[in-house]
Amino acid sequence: MSETSSCSPKPRVGLFVTCLVDVFRPTVGFAAVKLLEDAGCAVEVPAAQTCCGQPAYNSGDRADARDLARRVIAAFEDFDYVVAPSGSCGGIIKRHYPPLFDGDPAWQARAERLSAKTYELVSFLTDVLGVERVIARYPDTVTYHDSCSGLRELGIKSQPRRLLATVADLDLREMAESEVCCGFGGAFCVKYPELSNRMVSEKAAHIQASEAGTLLAGDLGCLLNMAGKLQREGAAIRVRHIAEVLAGMADAPAIGEPDRGDAPCK
Amino acid sequence: MQVTSQTFKSNAGAALRDAALQRALKNLKAGFPGKRAAAIAKLPEFDQLRAAGRDLKNHVLEHLDFYLERFEAKVIEQGGQVHWARDAAEARQIVLDICRSVAARRVTKGKSMISEEIGLNEFLEAHGIQPVETDLGEYIIQLRHEHPSHIIAPAIHLNRDQVADAFHAHHGPYGFTERNEEPRALMNEARQVLRQQFLSADVGITGANFCVAETGATVIVTNEGNGDLTQILPRVHIILASIEKMVPTLEDVGALLRLLTRSATGQEITVYTTFSSGPRRPEDLDGPEQFHVVLLDNGRSGMVGGEFQDMLRCIRCSACMNHCPVYGAIGGHAYGWVYPGPMGSVLTPQLIGIDAASQLPNASTFCGRCEEVCPMHIPLPKMMRHWREREFEQHLSPAGVRFGLSAWAFFAKRPKLYRIAAGFGAWLLRRLGGRKGRIKHLPLAGGWTAWRDLPAPQGQTFQQQWAAQRGARS
Repeated sequence: MSETSSCSPKPRVGLFVTCLVDVFRPTVGFAAVKLLEDAGCAVEVPAAQTCCGQPAYNSGDRADARDLARRVIAAFEDFDYVVAPSGSCGGIIKRHYPPLFDGDPAWQARAERLSAKTYELVSFLTDVLGVERVIARYPDTVTYHDSCSGLRELGIKSQPRRLLATVADLDLREMAESEVCCGFGGAFCVKYPELSNRMVSEKAAHIQASEAGTLLAGDLGCLLNMAGKLQREGAAIRVRHIAEVLAGMADAPAIGEPDRGDAPCK
Repeated sequence: MQVTSQTFKSNAGAALRDAALQRALKNLKAGFPGKRAAAIAKLPEFDQLRAAGRDLKNHVLEHLDFYLERFEAKVIEQGGQVHWARDAAEARQIVLDICRSVAARRVTKGKSMISEEIGLNEFLEAHGIQPVETDLGEYIIQLRHEHPSHIIAPAIHLNRDQVADAFHAHHGPYGFTERNEEPRALMNEARQVLRQQFLSADVGITGANFCVAETGATVIVTNEGNGDLTQILPRVHIILASIEKMVPTLEDVGALLRLLTRSATGQEITVYTTFSSGPRRPEDLDGPEQFHVVLLDNGRSGMVGGEFQDMLRCIRCSACMNHCPVYGAIGGHAYGWVYPGPMGSVLTPQLIGIDAASQLPNASTFCGRCEEVCPMHIPLPKMMRHWREREFEQHLSPAGVRFGLSAWAFFAKRPKLYRIAAGFGAWLLRRLGGRKGRIKHLPLAGGWTAWRDLPAPQGQTFQQQWAAQRGARS
């Protein structure tokens, strides 16, 4: 654990990459590393991590959820902090791991210790490290979707907006109903595709009505869902994870966009 | 009423394609949430009230036997009768027996979800007794042979023209031969038709928002005054209440009422708040000769002390469904039984069995808006997850879901294998995305790509790139 001394060592942060960022959007992981390192953290990425177990947990499969939670706890409990670029995965570790071990005091205690030092990326930067501004430039109008788990389980609402306000040339335009679910919901979007489609259609309409050039959010699941819908509808709105913009790493093509070269001119 | 909860998915699809329903649902979304927010903004102590309400109901549930017996004693002391009903069938029979004891032919009814839960109207009709709903929304759907689609706004799924059609089809015999579509005229029509029913009813049946153990009173909140006419004019008043409606004192009712009306309609108080205590006393000018309270269990006592106990705090305000994006998209009928929306997705499996309602707790993104607005702090998503656990334990989950989960878990528990699979998946999806960077059609993922593109991965996984850049450190 970190100790306060005259030359306190850098806090050791274990990055929980999340399975979606790992496969779909590594840029988000590197942006998280940059933001954390810029804020004075020593970042490590345990190779033993796979998934927080949410698919099992939300499908009622407690045994597999516990099994995966134990692996995450074992892989991350030696760090000073655990940080995830996702309110959903961060919320599972922080809010749901402890009750998952009801009746198992030894593991519950370990889950509680991990919970206490686990954070979503943006709230960790602002609420724990006290970061008030970032050095980044993003010349576009931006609208921000409040992903449900981050908003309601972790209280993430003002933190991303405060940091976005310090990004040069960025103009934030709030959409209507930014706090209403986009319809992703993990397995929900494939188990109830028509309902999910209705929800993401309404979300896409609000995004487009904001007339922003870029949509940002803090959870890749929601972003893939909204980007996929916007692109199916032919909307010319770029979709990015907020970490890319805050880290000044928004050079890669936006989510679901073609590689540079045949990208439409901005 | 026929249960169609297990065809939720197709019910929902039909609801999404029902243009009239979609038109009506726009009114719901535009109305309730804004009114609630405005009412709560004017009450700075709302969150303290919520906490107090939660604690109060928890206290009652921990001492439910005490409060039930105390309430019963008080009702009897005031000349009323209490009937205990273990299940819906017993409750129906109790009501029928009371009706028969006074040779009742017509029964007026205030709004009661317990009446829906026990299927009372169909039962009374089958036994030659005519039930007449007197809440305007309930009256409209009774004419249309429908069930409520919402627990406080039963006809919220309808538009004005549909109401006009229903009245036009049924009100001819009462002298209304012209089709009216103007709201005031429609209301006047209903008022005049219902007045005749009120005056000729033998029995009046109402629900109860609260049962006060201290005084033996039952409480209803209404906005139309129909509840009062239902319970005062006939010779017999029957109250249908489920056992968790107990509240210790009149003061406690005050606290819960402040939460209920604001959360429901955004009102500070409803137009009528009616307390009923026993039959008419000699000095009373009006009131029923008989006063019966039917206390229904129907599976609720089995929730006490278990993982669904918190659900018994519910005061039926409807805030959860008013704010639910799923309910807002499809309305209440798609849920396939009496209680729709998030509260229904928790309560219905308890009342009719998880095997008959397992779709409902699954049809949620766990967005958490229901819990956020619940005035009783009921952890609705958590309890929906508990139902999914029951479903999984009892092997009721669809085979495809179980197979997918176990295949995924197999890899997720083997990090080295997982990294290889993830790398392969990213590579494959990247190839499928081609130069466009997204996939328009993906076999086995039709649920996704039927409606939206799938953004393609960037290339190598994060772990692959990280290992290449910095070497694996674990």
